[in-house]
Amino acid sequence: MSETIKNFLYLNRKAPYGTIYAWESLEVVLIGAAFDQDVSLAFVDDGVFQLTKSQNTSAVGMKNFSPTYAALGDYEVKKIFVEKESLEERGLSLDDLQHLTWEDEDEDWAEKDSIHLVNRAEMAAIMDDADVVFSF
Amino acid sequence: MKFAIQVNEGPYQHQAADSAYFFAKAALEKGHEIFRIFFYHDGVNNSTRLTTPPQDDRNVVERWAELAEQHDLDMVVCVAAAQRRGVADEGEAQRNGKDATNIHPRFRISGLGQLVEAAVQSDRLVVFGD
Repeated sequence: MSETIKNFLYLNRKAPYGTIYAWESLEVVLIGAAFDQDVSLAFVDDGVFQLTKSQNTSAVGMKNFSPTYAALGDYEVKKIFVEKESLEERGLSLDDLQHLTWEDEDEDWAEKDSIHLVNRAEMAAIMDDADVVFSF
Repeated sequence: MKFAIQVNEGPYQHQAADSAYFFAKAALEKGHEIFRIFFYHDGVNNSTRLTTPPQDDRNVVERWAELAEQHDLDMVVCVAAAQRRGVADEGEAQRNGKDATNIHPRFRISGLGQLVEAAVQSDRLVVFGD
């Protein structure tokens, strides 16, 4: 659709069900995948809750959209950055998050981890490197 | 510079809609170009022509429409977000079996691809909202 390739960063800052930002952010990511840009996702602040495993929304009567994150690898989303400090401040660790992977076609479809833990300074550099930041 | 603007909040509830408007107006006055204004999340409510604020208050919807008229702006409302929140044009109303429309004619309903395209084509994407 376009020859221009930009570094797209989708910045997710909010918990998944209190507001609709998380879900509608994910919808942009899925649609945006058709544009063949260089895509990264970042999760900071309460946004880290979006990736937690074993989400159960039955009591709040909302759709549990968390299984969608596992499909991101199929949409060529291979870089998911999670801020370490945000996890720690909320008593979370990498073990509390879904194990998200992508398949590397150059290495016989080897499964590789999509999630990278980065500290706050590294996250700032990632934001600085992005051409476009979609902030949700 | 060529700007894309994303408005994520509804009118009156949140100043983001006002700030986005003033930013767009100032950018245009300085001779910059606005590739597209994209309304997402509750921002889609900026487009309903049924909005009727008290007479002594600003009319956010009309204000957008006038700016768009003056500068031939492309103002796009996300279809998925609009469907959730009951913002409809003729086509959407028919497709979804609804008995009314409410979108202001200066706005158009389209897909999220329009947001991504605007981000690709513009020098800066400026997002207004929480």
